[in-house]
Amino acid sequence: MSIDMSQFHQVFFEECFEGLEAMESGLLTLDMGDIDSEIINTIFRGAHSIKGGSGTFGFTVVADYTHIMETLLDEMRDGRRQVTQPAVDVLLGSVDCLREMLTAIQNEQDVNNASVAKHKSALEVVLNGGTVTEELSPPVEQEAVVSEELAVNVVPDIVEEESIELGEQGWKIAFCPYLDLLKTGNDPVRLFRELNELGDLTTTANIQDVPGFYELDPEECNISWDLKVVGDISGDEIREIFNWVEGDCEMEIQPLAKAVKSTPVVKKADPEPAAVITPSNPAPKPVEVKPKVATETKKSDSQDADNDATKNTAKASSIRVDTDKIDTLINMVGEVVITQSMLGLVGENFSMDKVGQLKRGLAQLERHTRDLQQSVMNIRMLPISFVFSRFPRLVHDISSKLDKKIALKLVGENTEVDKAVVELINDPLVHLIRNSLDHGIEMPADRVAAGKPETGTIELKAYHRGGHIVIEIIDDGRGLDKDKLLAKAIEKGLIEENNLLTEKQIFELIFMPGFSTAEQLTDISGRGVGMDVVRRNIQSLGGNIEIISELGKGTTIAIHLPLTLAILDGQSVAVGDETYIVPLVSIIESINITERMLNKVAGKGETFRLRNEYLPVIRMRRIFNVHSGNPTKSKEGVLVVVEGQGELCCLLVDELLGQQQVVIKSLEANYRRVEGVSGATILGDGSVALILDVPGLVRFSIR
Amino acid sequence: MTTDVQSNNSRVEQFLTFQLAGEAYGVEILKVQEIRGWEAVRVIPNTPAFVKGVLNLRGSVVPIIDLRERFSLEHCEYSPKTVVIVLCVEHGASQFVMGIVADAVSDVLDINLEEIKKSPNFGSKIDTRYMRGMHVYKKKMIMLLDVDKLLNPDEVEGIESLV
Repeated sequence: MSIDMSQFHQVFFEECFEGLEAMESGLLTLDMGDIDSEIINTIFRGAHSIKGGSGTFGFTVVADYTHIMETLLDEMRDGRRQVTQPAVDVLLGSVDCLREMLTAIQNEQDVNNASVAKHKSALEVVLNGGTVTEELSPPVEQEAVVSEELAVNVVPDIVEEESIELGEQGWKIAFCPYLDLLKTGNDPVRLFRELNELGDLTTTANIQDVPGFYELDPEECNISWDLKVVGDISGDEIREIFNWVEGDCEMEIQPLAKAVKSTPVVKKADPEPAAVITPSNPAPKPVEVKPKVATETKKSDSQDADNDATKNTAKASSIRVDTDKIDTLINMVGEVVITQSMLGLVGENFSMDKVGQLKRGLAQLERHTRDLQQSVMNIRMLPISFVFSRFPRLVHDISSKLDKKIALKLVGENTEVDKAVVELINDPLVHLIRNSLDHGIEMPADRVAAGKPETGTIELKAYHRGGHIVIEIIDDGRGLDKDKLLAKAIEKGLIEENNLLTEKQIFELIFMPGFSTAEQLTDISGRGVGMDVVRRNIQSLGGNIEIISELGKGTTIAIHLPLTLAILDGQSVAVGDETYIVPLVSIIESINITERMLNKVAGKGETFRLRNEYLPVIRMRRIFNVHSGNPTKSKEGVLVVVEGQGELCCLLVDELLGQQQVVIKSLEANYRRVEGVSGATILGDGSVALILDVPGLVRFSIR
Repeated sequence: MTTDVQSNNSRVEQFLTFQLAGEAYGVEILKVQEIRGWEAVRVIPNTPAFVKGVLNLRGSVVPIIDLRERFSLEHCEYSPKTVVIVLCVEHGASQFVMGIVADAVSDVLDINLEEIKKSPNFGSKIDTRYMRGMHVYKKKMIMLLDVDKLLNPDEVEGIESLV
């Protein structure tokens, strides 16, 4: 067994996090009145596979923890336990706790034992507490119930939980296969090997049933075994191994601690959950175990501060791609290779009569290249559900905190966006949704008074529109109050009192730094930071944000984002012999001017008067030290009016060349950041052109 | 370094040598990615003069550095013989690709590491940090450059601030 398990860790963690997400969404969709067993099954499966995986990889902390969750879920699944809101909340908390544990393990940090213990005891309270109330409902003496439970063969479960508390365990298995076990393709040796992975395995073979050599049928299994596994293993894990041979053998699985069984069982009946945790049990090794736990806790405490400081180091970012997409890609590459060899053949003995063939080949190559580019881009595309799936939880938590009734509706979760966009859009969306929850939707009573349904709705919608993705957050809450916004802005001195603003401009006030109309601050929102950050984040992604609102009816916030960050619509401009690309989104307009139209401002450079507004002018020639080209030509040029971070300014260039889509290449990959330049791209003729960093230039012009 | 070499006498490394204003220089051949003829580059604004610009190298944007200007040697016009040696530079955990402009490439030499002489100390005025050592070949001195230190992006920036 010398396989290096660590190579599978990445996959394991990814699967765990997926499992956790599935559990989370399952828990959130659980409807208290009407329990859908399929949902509970889904949650159970998630917990089960995390438990199995973490056991295999030796993350016993996780395995133990998940086991308790699993026990609880198992009882819910079998209908032995009522699904109650508190139980679900505890389970949700456990999902968070598991996620923390896994993250810590993934980053090779110590698990925060204190919080794990907290969640663990919460789980146990539910587990035991639930049992207690159930036990109390029939007016029977507790002792009797316990013995009843014993009779219903719950023994291993109980002892198992107990022993997990004590941190030591072992199992005794009497394994007596039927004669034809081998014929079913099962090999006991393999089972033993698996058992050995779980813990220390001792086998004793009973060969008294083995016949004499001449009567021996090699295809029959005449041996039976007594197995002893020592280690911290749950009964389910053992049973799982023997799952395949269940019908082909007689088997008895007993915990080693059975000798002291009577004590734990009595403990179990103790209605005080605290007692479960005290290790006053006379089991063999508790003394040894206890100090270990203590030192671990100490260690993790001292490292807590470090944990916060160390960032999530070097997390390999990976992406799951549909095999379909890869197949298309491979197919496409094959086509390109074929076309290439065909062109090679044409070129080998080229004569003028082959021109037609060459042209056809080139056209084909062009088509294939375009397809290839598209399918490669497709690989980076992820459904937006990666972001959306986190919101049901957020809405659930916050709405219960605010005592509001809110339903979240997700539309268009399968809309695909670039992976980078998915990663960067999360925070702004969280912010906007929190805002809608807190300020948008009214309290149930207010809603009823306003003649609206008691439950508010927030709709999260994503769709494609012409090379952009649009994400809308629609709530049916109270809407934005124009007069209030205006009054607040004037009060805070953000605008002049007698300014006339359009509706759109008023709504945009909420993006100003330091603006908040919330009457009181909550920990959810209202501090007036945020909306300006949201807008800046979205603009840095090359998108924009728009608000439509009607007082009393609700608010719609629409975010437009480019589909990918790897391609940009650009306007190429010439300055001397150099070509630069100006991102099209930042261009407001372009004006042909002559030198005379610029106004010199003493000591402050030049300005241009555009419709009663004086804008600073940046001479690209000067700030980029371009000396080539025809200097007389600069007597006249083109002013490109650009906007960056809300400021307007003019770039003076020699001429406009054309618009094109450019692929963004990083300058930093091989060099370093250059002021005024956000990246580079490669033009049609193979030469490099620099992409201008408009906000950077605007900052530069102000300085 | 010296103890290391003594313990292993037969360590030989290959160096690519090139000409620069009549002098011979060498770089480890394992750092060399390719050698190509000079072609026009795109100027990056506001960078030191020895950063000639960037080049499109099969889709990645690679900065090109003129060693003549870097070493304050007399400038000469680029000719068809001028070459760009594309080097793979390691800096910490990351790798950079950069090109250096040289008059001509001459040879690939097997140099026993033991025969590399430490670069003389010219006093504090002349910086020998970028030199790995000197090697005498056919009575000519070859200066062996430490590419990682010479073309370190931070270094390139640092020099700019000194200029």
